[in-house]
Amino acid sequence: MKKQDLPQDPGALDKFTREVCYVKNDEGKYETALSKGWEVKKQALDSAWEEVNERVEQARQAVASGEKSPVYYFMELRLMDLSVLSGYTGIFPFFIKRHFKPSVFRGLSERKLEKYARAFDITVSELKNFKG
Amino acid sequence: MNIDSQTDEFHHVQTAHCENGVTTALLRHHGLDFMTEPLAFGMGSGLFYIQIPFLTVNNGPAISFRTMPGAIFKRTCKSLGVEVTRKKFSNPAAAEAFLDQKVREGVPVGCQVGVFHLTYFPKEYRFHFNAHNLIVFGQENGRYQISDPVMEDVTSLSKQELSRVRFAQGPLAPKGHIYFPEKIRPITQEMIRKGIVSGIRRNVRDMLSIPGNFAGVNGIRHTSNHVRKWRDKLGLRKASLYLGQIVRMQEEIGTGGGGFRFLYGAFLEEAAGYLQDERLSNISEDFTRAGDMWRASAIKMAGVYKGRLTEQKDFEEIADIMLEIRLVEKQAFQKLSSLKLGK
Repeated sequence: MKKQDLPQDPGALDKFTREVCYVKNDEGKYETALSKGWEVKKQALDSAWEEVNERVEQARQAVASGEKSPVYYFMELRLMDLSVLSGYTGIFPFFIKRHFKPSVFRGLSERKLEKYARAFDITVSELKNFKG
Repeated sequence: MNIDSQTDEFHHVQTAHCENGVTTALLRHHGLDFMTEPLAFGMGSGLFYIQIPFLTVNNGPAISFRTMPGAIFKRTCKSLGVEVTRKKFSNPAAAEAFLDQKVREGVPVGCQVGVFHLTYFPKEYRFHFNAHNLIVFGQENGRYQISDPVMEDVTSLSKQELSRVRFAQGPLAPKGHIYFPEKIRPITQEMIRKGIVSGIRRNVRDMLSIPGNFAGVNGIRHTSNHVRKWRDKLGLRKASLYLGQIVRMQEEIGTGGGGFRFLYGAFLEEAAGYLQDERLSNISEDFTRAGDMWRASAIKMAGVYKGRLTEQKDFEEIADIMLEIRLVEKQAFQKLSSLKLGK
């Protein structure tokens, strides 16, 4: 990539930092230059977030309709999957899947609820009382 | 090398990629002033391609354009005869105590962290990605002074904030991973040349001779074959999300546009100077071409996830570009292999 071709499209990084890129100068040698961002990257990031928001919305509806427990909603909200949530709570994925069921969730001990709440950065009552 | 230099002020280095940056900044801090990001990347045989089988990240394919986290630092130090200390912890308190001790001694250290809870990152970038690297170089008013190589300037984190990101969970969990150069002996030009040669040879091996079809240049063909099938198999929506994921892996912060390929081109250009070998500059051009092609493929993929391109033939075209890239990179590495450097 030539230095004059380096894109400068402001994106999510704007006001945070510019990024270093390796580009060719006029003599055909490599040097570094700073870029504000690139439209193509920004769109990839945007489409990833659209997908996240959609998943979160579906999870919210599933909780509202009584199909899933709040654990499922907050897992999606925090962009987690089973393995990440398992890491933060120390609860095995097999059990986490069970805790997605509202009936099982209602019977959870205070200790388990606390583990989930801590992983999600919320209070136990926020977790318990989330209705979708 | 020079113990006095350890008490010197730490100089922040901004680089395209975090691990190169930590390696470069730490080695420079210890008096290795010749160290540059391309040199660290090349000596550490950083260029790679792999689509990890059966694994999904953020609900998409797991693809990496560089070698394993930690490998660049380890290999670059090793080839220069620099002894390093690396530690992981199961207990956050012990990890913090060890870090505090190093800070008191005035030794800047590299830390592996997760970005999800990294407070100074923009929210848009905070996914559960656990192989980010930064340097802790001091403490001020109870906050750690942080040099994050992808940022233009230094920043800071509170104790809780740093502990949280050092103990991020999920794939590649850092487990408080901390590392720093321990003992540095005087480094001769001969050692640098040797490091460059072994770095190139290892990279040739990684890209050309790993068995199986998912790593090295063959990995690109592997992904290319997948891309052809995605539209039928997953439906247009999911297929385009998968392409978006490839672009994010390829272009993620600091590596802009197949950036690792340009970085490797820059390394070969520098290597040509050290080894007095013009042939390396010529091969550098091939990597520049590969980098440009990766960028072109990203633009094409963007057309799909923006919903502008929707036909199977668009997926075929992307797959074809990838095959071309594979060929360019394969030939470039074969040329490097046939140079018989260091023999």
